[in-house]
Amino acid sequence: MNPRPAGPPPKKTRPRARDGRITSAAYIALVGVLIAGLAASVLLGTVDIPAGTVFRIIVQHLTGQEDPTEWSASQDTVVWNLRLPRALLAALVGAGLAVSGAATQALVRNPLADPYVLGLTYGAAVGAVAVIVTGVSPLGGASTGMAAFAGALAAFAVVYALARAGGTLAPLRLILAGMAVTYALSGLTSFLVLQADDPGTTHSVLFWLFGSLAEANWAALGLPAFVLALTMLALLAQARPLNTLLLGDETAAALGISATRLRRHLFLLIALLTGVMVALAGGVGFIGLIIPHAARLLVGSDHRRLLPVAALAGAGFLVLVDIAARTALHPQELPVGIVTSVIGAPLFLWLVHSRARDTTGL
Amino acid sequence: MNVLTSLTLHDVHVAVAGTPIVNGVDLTAPSGTCVGVVGPNGSGKSTLLRAVYRHLPLSRGTITVGGEDLWRLTPRRAARLVAALPQETRSDFDVTAWEMAAMGRTPHKRPFAADTAEDNAVVAGALAHTGVAHLADRRYGTLSGGEKQRVLLARALAQQAPVLVLDEPTNHLDVRHQFELLDLVASTGTTVVAALHDLNLAAAYCDRLYVLAAGRVVAHGAPYDILTPRLVGEVFGVDAHVIPTPVTGTPHLILRARDRADSPTARLSD
Repeated sequence: MNPRPAGPPPKKTRPRARDGRITSAAYIALVGVLIAGLAASVLLGTVDIPAGTVFRIIVQHLTGQEDPTEWSASQDTVVWNLRLPRALLAALVGAGLAVSGAATQALVRNPLADPYVLGLTYGAAVGAVAVIVTGVSPLGGASTGMAAFAGALAAFAVVYALARAGGTLAPLRLILAGMAVTYALSGLTSFLVLQADDPGTTHSVLFWLFGSLAEANWAALGLPAFVLALTMLALLAQARPLNTLLLGDETAAALGISATRLRRHLFLLIALLTGVMVALAGGVGFIGLIIPHAARLLVGSDHRRLLPVAALAGAGFLVLVDIAARTALHPQELPVGIVTSVIGAPLFLWLVHSRARDTTGL
Repeated sequence: MNVLTSLTLHDVHVAVAGTPIVNGVDLTAPSGTCVGVVGPNGSGKSTLLRAVYRHLPLSRGTITVGGEDLWRLTPRRAARLVAALPQETRSDFDVTAWEMAAMGRTPHKRPFAADTAEDNAVVAGALAHTGVAHLADRRYGTLSGGEKQRVLLARALAQQAPVLVLDEPTNHLDVRHQFELLDLVASTGTTVVAALHDLNLAAAYCDRLYVLAAGRVVAHGAPYDILTPRLVGEVFGVDAHVIPTPVTGTPHLILRARDRADSPTARLSD
């Protein structure tokens, strides 16, 4: 044997292949967009309220330092009880869906997947519609959301059980199981709507399928914030193992990662995070697909950078989209999911196109 | 010879989806040696190696590295003893060559631990050793077959494990790159177990060969003792003629498809 001389020595020890400055710049830019978006979201709306008044209303609620008699009670309600919680919910849902999208893409090892391929949008719809149609409402106003959450989790559980056959959660089997469950539940949803034959039910189904942030209120913010923080922490703790999952199960095993066990954890985290977001805002489409992709273009596939960047980008994106949904067809309001779809579909096609170009080397 | 880095397989059985594929393999790779596993398609080479890097569980037997039972360790700990180049590495996601090699540090890192200067130095050293330091910023998916294998070898080296498992590492490589890759592997000085299709490469690079057929070891020993026309005929079903390779003196096989009209046994009496 003749050992080949080692290659040329490296000029210097490289800290990382992707420049850290790009990541820092991305963080700063995205935080800036999110803050600007939140500010615009509380300033803009169907009722004109001067910026100074909006600012003083918020300061008054936070610190009690301003005089509440300087503005009307309705202005106070619009800013504090409608616009601000809605903007914050948009940020939480956008972040949650983007993070669960990035996690789903690692789970099924497919960069063109989103959390909805696992069948839960229609699970949520069936849960909510069942409550509306049967009129069973044990928990008062919150029961539709609860039923939607339960429906989403039930859909997840069925997909999990179907995909688990053979002891492994094979990516292709997960996608096929998700598609099967989606088709079945979509049929069931249509059946329930036809049976009800009631415009209210139809409207409610559309809400769950397209998504809406119109139900936002302060009480609804705690749960998504908590779940987002929890899942984000759990995912970041496993960021390196998640990276190995992208390379296939054999490579993951060689690097000390049990792909099957990691997928099980991942599946539960995605179910919890997506289930809560869908129960609160319905099936807001395309964020889970487009935002992780955009984040990958910015900072690469390393989940230690990808997850926080996707969270910030998703938050900012949905806040901006919600402003458009509220103001574009003023005074009518569009479901936010329709706006994300209108923006998302062309973006998706562009992504598919650019990937095809990459792999053929053109 | 350091016994702490030797690899020993004892009575290893592996089943895939209930079907037994490997049926009682004993194998020893002394420290710093290269052991080649050869055999026809379906003989269980890859399945055996997958059990060594803990992708497939054992249904019976033990695998030890330096006396430590691999399957009694945590996956993370085991991956610090055995690094591997599996047959297929997917690249559906954009990963740079540096990031790919840096994943070799995974079994050394705890949750939330950042890359240290030492990690970066190990990865840079591994990329330099395999001669691909200049490709660090390139996307893995855009590299040539030879470059990809070198980056993957760098990843395995960054793992700093005493045992290296290679599953058909020279697949899809041209002749020059096959030699270059195996020279690189030899230069690392680690204990190597490699499944190889090319019997001449196996003979040239391995200290010992294990011949697998139907999940069992049918012969093992030094290449010259093993690669006889009789054994090659029995196991691979081809006619072989063995000559010494000029300069190196390792055995070289000249292979020829069997003439169907002839009786196979008539040609084995070489």
